[in-house]
Parts: sequence; C-alpha cells; structure tokens
Amino acid sequence: MAREDVLVTAEWAEENLDTPGVVFVEVDEDTSAYDSGHIKGAVKIDWKDDLQDAIRRDFVNQEQFSQLLSERGIANDDTVVLYGGNNNWFAAYAYWYFKLYGHDNVKLLDGGRKKWELDAREVVTEVPERAKTEYVAKPLNWDLRATRDEAEAAIGVKNLIDVRSPDEYAGRLLAPAHLPQEQSQRGGHIPTALSVPWSKAANEDGTFKSDAELRELYVEEAGLDEAKPTIAYCRIGERSSHSWFALRELLGYEDVKNYDGSWTEYGSLVGVPIALGDEPGTK
Amino acid sequence: MSDSCAAPDQDTALPASVDLEKETVLSGTVVNDEGELVQGAYVRLLDGTGEFTAEVVTGEGGQFRFFAAPGRWTLRALSRYGDATGEVEAARGLNETKLAVSR
Repeated sequence: MAREDVLVTAEWAEENLDTPGVVFVEVDEDTSAYDSGHIKGAVKIDWKDDLQDAIRRDFVNQEQFSQLLSERGIANDDTVVLYGGNNNWFAAYAYWYFKLYGHDNVKLLDGGRKKWELDAREVVTEVPERAKTEYVAKPLNWDLRATRDEAEAAIGVKNLIDVRSPDEYAGRLLAPAHLPQEQSQRGGHIPTALSVPWSKAANEDGTFKSDAELRELYVEEAGLDEAKPTIAYCRIGERSSHSWFALRELLGYEDVKNYDGSWTEYGSLVGVPIALGDEPGTK
Repeated sequence: MSDSCAAPDQDTALPASVDLEKETVLSGTVVNDEGELVQGAYVRLLDGTGEFTAEVVTGEGGQFRFFAAPGRWTLRALSRYGDATGEVEAARGLNETKLAVSR
C-alpha cells in the first residue's frame, strides 16, 4: 500500500473540500473543539458517545457502526478523510474502526487538527447537513484486533509494542502526564514488550515521519522482528491505533493488531505477568 | 475522572480531588510578543531525556497544566505566533511557568 492511499496532506484536503464522494470527519474526545471551528463540510464523531457502547465495556458493534455512519450521511462507497486533535490519536482510532468494519476507502489527514491550525487554514462553525444513508458495515475483522488472551500469549513469541511514554512503560506513572495520577491498576508493561512511544512516529507538528525514519525507529532502534506478527498497545487503545497505523498502513507489515483493552485491562488482570522498569523483561 | 487520554479543559480550576500534597503539577500560561495570552497553543511536556510525555492545548486564558512527578522537565509550546521552550525543576505541589512564544 502506498502512503498516499492512506494519508492525505493538508493541501490535498483543501483542494478536495467540495469533491463529491469525499467526506471529512473530525473525531475527538472533546467535541467542543469541533463546535468552536472545524474544516468546512466536516461532520463530527464523538469518541465516547458515538464509538463506545453505552453499557458494556466495549466499542460499538457492527449494527451500531452502520447506524452511526447512516446518521452521519456516510455511504459505503464514500472516501472518508479522518482528522482530529491530540495528534490524530482519536482519528487513528476511528480509522482502525473503519478498517475493522470493512470500509476500505478511508484516509487520515496528516497532522490532523494541529497542523491545520498551525498552518492557520480556514475553519468554520457551520454544521453541514448530509442526507441519511443506508450504510452497511461488514462483520468485525479480527485480523486487526487483539484480545487480552492474545496479548498474554504473545509474550516472548510475537512483537509486543508498548507505545505509552517511557515513565508509563516503566511503571513510574500510571497515566499520561496531563491527567491526574489516580488510577488504581498496577503499573508496568507486558513482559518482552518493546518501548516505542507513539510520539516517536510523529513530527512535532503532528505529521507522520517518513517511511525510512519509521523503519529505522521500529526495526533498527527498537528491535522489531520483521518476520513476526505484531501487537501494539497503550493505555486505552487510541495511542496504539496511531502506531498500528504507522506499522500496518504506512510500513505495510501485514499481521499487526491493536490491543484496545490495553493497559487499563491488562494491568488489572489477576495473575498475569508484569515487568517493571525500563527493560522489556523476560518471559 | 475521564477514562480517555484526551486533553481536559485547561481553563478550569484544579479539581478538588487533586491532592497537591501528593501530586506534582506543572502549570502556566503561554504569551506572545505583545504579552497577550495565547489560546490554541500546543504545549508538550518532555521528560529529562527529552522524550515526549504529554501534550495539551491552551484555552482562552492561555493556560496549560500537567500532572507529572518531581524532577527535571522541558516544556515546549507551538503556536501561530511562534515557538518557545522552557526548563522546569519540578517539586511536589504546584510549579508555575510562563512560556513566551516568538518567531
């Protein structure tokens, strides 16, 4: 897969704002960002209200995803361009959903909201009206999603990539540093997991690094074994969607899964092995 | 507490649940050349080795806030008015910094 098949530049986006069949979607946890100004014509998806099941601890199922996209006026044959705040974390997470539910024609806007804002490109507050569609999602593709059992079974067998910050990996912090450190689960990482913070895959303006830089990062510096399948995880699965995107969509490794249960699940399991400190640890 | 990793509103007062006896809070404001508070600046926290730790966007009051640990940290701000870098030796409690961005 070529980079331009999965990633579009801000210039491309600006030229295609009115192109029929291209739908821009802003994905955020804090949708007040969308309300204060968004790319012209973009619809919004709320990370929590729209993408998580309201009762069970899981994300929306095939039927709920079909309903969501139908309500947003997105058709099966539309080209969907996703962007958002937090260096595209939530947009990458939504990208992973679109792939999970079989929507092939989906792309990320490189740099997301941040690059768009730093470039001082136009934003509007007008909310577009799109006619409802009859979107039909495909069954969930488990080739892209890892479960807790798969994560544990991967210890010493597959590449496990922990994309949290070094302090979270080592167990010195339990959450990213912009959140209070009040979580109660254990700290540390899955034994044998390599530490490759998601941020190393991105430039300061939020755009992805070049393929050559990414390969250097994962293979040369971190020691990813290209012959083995890979599972990426973080705390709740959205930072790891960003790294999953870099590994599978940009570098083209075929067997890459996102473990969305991530550390909030694994670090709360009874009886599973945990490694502390800066080293991967052993099986 | 939000279960997500997204940036909470940076303009609100510290939540009552935050115990400054235990937490190490790095907070401050971003200002431009004219001394005006900068809304929409991207502020990132880098650890002692220069590694990215977290990032928030300033609100109307130009404010940012991180929950970290005692030690040496670097703050880096990006905005339409330019960039700024600041070094902080943080202790437990509240550590305040002003970042003046320029081209």
